[in-house]
Order: sequence, then structure tokens, then C-alpha cells
Amino acid sequence: MKEFVQVTVDGIAAGSIYGVVALALVLIYRTTGIVNFAQGEMAMFSTFVAWGLLQADVPLGLAILGTVVLSFAGGMVIERVIIRPVEGSDPLALVIVTLGLLILLNSGAGWIWGFNNRAFPGLFGDESVDIIGVRISWESIGITAMTLAVVALLYLFTTRTKLGLAMRAVSMNPASSQLAGIRVGRTLMIGWGLAAAVGALAGTLVAPSLFLDVTFMGAVLIYSFAAATLGGFDSPHGAVIGGWIIGVTEQLAGHYVDFIGSDLKILVPLGIIIAVLMVRPSGLFGSREVARV
Amino acid sequence: MSLLEVDELRATYGQGHVLHGISFAVEEGQIVSILGPNGAGKTTTLRAISGTVECSGRIVLDGQDIRGWGADKIARQRLAHVPEGRGTFTELTVEENLLVGGYTRRNGVREDIARCYQWFPRLGERRTQHAGSLSGGEQQMLAVSRALMLRPRLLLLDEPSLGLAPILTRELFGILERIARDEGITVLIVEQNANLVLKFADYAYVLESGRIALDGDADEIQADEAVKRSYLGV
Repeated sequence: MKEFVQVTVDGIAAGSIYGVVALALVLIYRTTGIVNFAQGEMAMFSTFVAWGLLQADVPLGLAILGTVVLSFAGGMVIERVIIRPVEGSDPLALVIVTLGLLILLNSGAGWIWGFNNRAFPGLFGDESVDIIGVRISWESIGITAMTLAVVALLYLFTTRTKLGLAMRAVSMNPASSQLAGIRVGRTLMIGWGLAAAVGALAGTLVAPSLFLDVTFMGAVLIYSFAAATLGGFDSPHGAVIGGWIIGVTEQLAGHYVDFIGSDLKILVPLGIIIAVLMVRPSGLFGSREVARV
Repeated sequence: MSLLEVDELRATYGQGHVLHGISFAVEEGQIVSILGPNGAGKTTTLRAISGTVECSGRIVLDGQDIRGWGADKIARQRLAHVPEGRGTFTELTVEENLLVGGYTRRNGVREDIARCYQWFPRLGERRTQHAGSLSGGEQQMLAVSRALMLRPRLLLLDEPSLGLAPILTRELFGILERIARDEGITVLIVEQNANLVLKFADYAYVLESGRIALDGDADEIQADEAVKRSYLGV
């Protein structure tokens, strides 16, 4: 039982990371209708920026904060320079563009920082705490808490601010938003900026347990795709809940199902993606628009 | 000087919706109607003015040529457009729809929302409901209210009667006329229902195959049975 709780808590912490990256995917999908295959590489690049700041003796907390801010700006630039020219093209073209962005960021990071892996310090240390006989690491608690904070902040932003309302309006009906005087392009830039910032946070949170190199977000991205698919690609809270379900399932399957172990764990998200697409393509919390004449 | 002057407007939108260089003017404070059969270019004309379809020619709003501007920039000149299909944000609540309508405004938004609820009490009753759950008539009221939130100088209306029961349409037009006259809003309205709109309009243009076939005071056109038969099919 103790073991089960411990594995589950680890799953929730891992799932929080998947959830945050899935949230970034959802942010971009909702605002621009694009499935951003480069999300993982964007987060990887951001994490290297944080690592660079650490090398320049910037304290860890400040380095992460600075990276999140820089990533916000970087995401806006990516939207304006790379995505805007192909906006509204057919889905295949958009997929190719995000794949191109993936390769660009991957090689760019390798060119700047090299292909070796590097250690990245954790924000929450290696200590753990004893809660009614179950050992839980501060890292797990910290990551989960940060995730909840990010979700809460994004929720407040989209529901309580004028800009958040504009973002929701643009994601539903860009033509009509324009007629209300909303600068759609600027709103989309902010959507990409937010996704990049959220992804940067996920990257810096997960890097301590994975080692930082140019491919370290690859597996995370696959889990995050599973989370977003499960939660519904247009549902922010679905993304996070999907992340937790994926994380816990992955940990439990890896721990208790002998033939899966740690080598075949990656099959878990892939299986979930396929199952969701077959049974309920809109995901648990996804919506299908209802039009009325 | 007219509030809106359109000169040699040419545009193509979709299949077979073409404007072959039309010119017309809308005087400040008037309700002007563009009539004509399906495919005559009525919707294209409105879309060209609000910047949602590419066009050539001159579109002068209050002395400024706005042709080629982005739709959002034109909206910020307080030119509101209620598009075909109403453009409702179905997953936002009624109140959020109105807030989006008032996006460009700095103050007075709450007061204006209250005014919309006075004009259309049904919207007030449903302020927390998703706009997608409203009936067609209520969605049309919402679309008009959203446009009014811009405090427009010029309001473009595209077939507000579409899909509405006749009694509802008359009611809507009555309220619209009252608001326009009270607030001094200039209205350019596109309609297929000529008989109805001519009761409210001051002036009308009749479009046929992308050209202006004739124009005149609304009551003159209303009185001319020959014109109505040959151009408006009533």
C-alpha cells in the first residue's frame, strides 16, 4: 500500500509536467488551430537558455523566471515570423512548418550548446518528507504545486481579464473578433508567447530528473500529446487532468506490470492515444461546437 | 459631405458574387438600404466596406479613405458590421459576447451593457447563458447589441431578418429604428425582404448583378409597383 501511494505520487508529479506541456499545446491549438510539434524543442531550447544563465552565475530561481520571460518574447517572435505567413493554410502545411521549427530549434541548440548532456539543478532539492509513513520528495510536491499555480493563473487570466477574453474570442471566431476591433495577429502572438513561457517552466522543472540535452523533451512531448488527446485538445483543464492520468498510469504500469518495466513505459501513452482516438476522439473534456441557425 | 462615400467599388467574393464598380453615398443620420436578389453583391458590398473582403475603388468614411485597412482598424473607427450568420461567439456567455463587442472602449462598457438589456430584455434574462444556446432571434438581438457596444457611427447590417419569424423581424426592425434615431446612428442595411425594410429606411439602392440598377427615396420605391416587380420580386 505504501509503495502504491509512493508510485502514485511520483506519477502525479511526472503527470504535472506532461500536463503543463499539454497545456502549452492546448493554448496554441485553441488560438491558432495548430498542433505544435515543436513544443518540446521550444521547451528544450528555453531550458538551455536557463542553463546558460546559470553558467553566468544567475541564481536558479531568477534564471528560471528570466527564461520564462525570454521564452514569452521568443514565442511571440516565432508566431510573427514563422507561423503568421502560413496561417490559414491547409493542416498539412502547418504540420510541416512546425516540424521544420522542431528541426531548426534542435539543430540550433546543438550548434550553440553542443550535444552532450548536462546536469540541471532542481529547484526543490533532494530531500523528502515523511507523510504518514510515505516518503514523498519535495520535488514531487513542488512540481505539482507549480502546476496548480500555473493552471490557476491561466484560468484567472483567460476568465477575468480583457485580454484573456479577447484570446478566447479569437480562438472561437477570428473573423467576428476582428469586427469587434480586436487585433487578431497580436492576440495570436500572445497565445504563442504564453505557450512558450509555460513550456519553458515545464522544461526547467523536469530537467533535473532527466539530464539536459537537445533531445531530452522528446519523450515528454509524446506523453504530453497523450495527455492533450485524452483531456481533449481544446480543453486547458482537460490537458492537466489528462497529464495526471497519463503520469499515474505510466508509473503504475512500469512498476507493477512485469513485461512493461521501464523500457516499454513509452507504450502506455501511445496505447492511450490510440484508444482515445478510437473511442472518443474529442477527448474527456473536449467540446464539439454546436451551431444553431 | 456624406458620412460614407463609395466610389467605383470592385470586388469578388466566393463564386459569382462580383461587384462591377458601384458608387453610392450614405448620409449621416439616415437609414439606407441596399436591396436586390440573391447574388446581386449585397453582402460583398458590406464586406468590402468593413474590410473583410479584398476590393478596389474608394471607400471614404468621414473624409478618410479606409479601403485596404484591416478589419480591426476599420472597426476602431466605430464602424460596426453585423455579418451574415451573426458571428456569435457560441461558447461565450451573452454578457461576454457584449464585453467582446465593447473591447475597444475604455469606459462606459458596463452602462452600455445595461442599455442593451433595456432594449432587449431577453438578453438580460440570459446574460449568463452560453450564446450558442440562444434561439435564432435572440442570437440576432445579441449580434446587433454586440455591434452597438462599439458605439458605432455607422452600422452595417447584413440580412437581419434571415431565419426569423416575420413577427420577430418586425419587432427587431422597430427597435433598431428607434435606437438608430435616438442615438443618431447611421445605418446601412442589406435585405431581401424589401417591403419590410422600405418601411423603415430613408433611402434605398437596388443592386442587380453587381451594378446599381436604381436608387431613390424609400417611399418612392415602395410606391412604384413596376420597380418592385421587376427588381425585387414582390
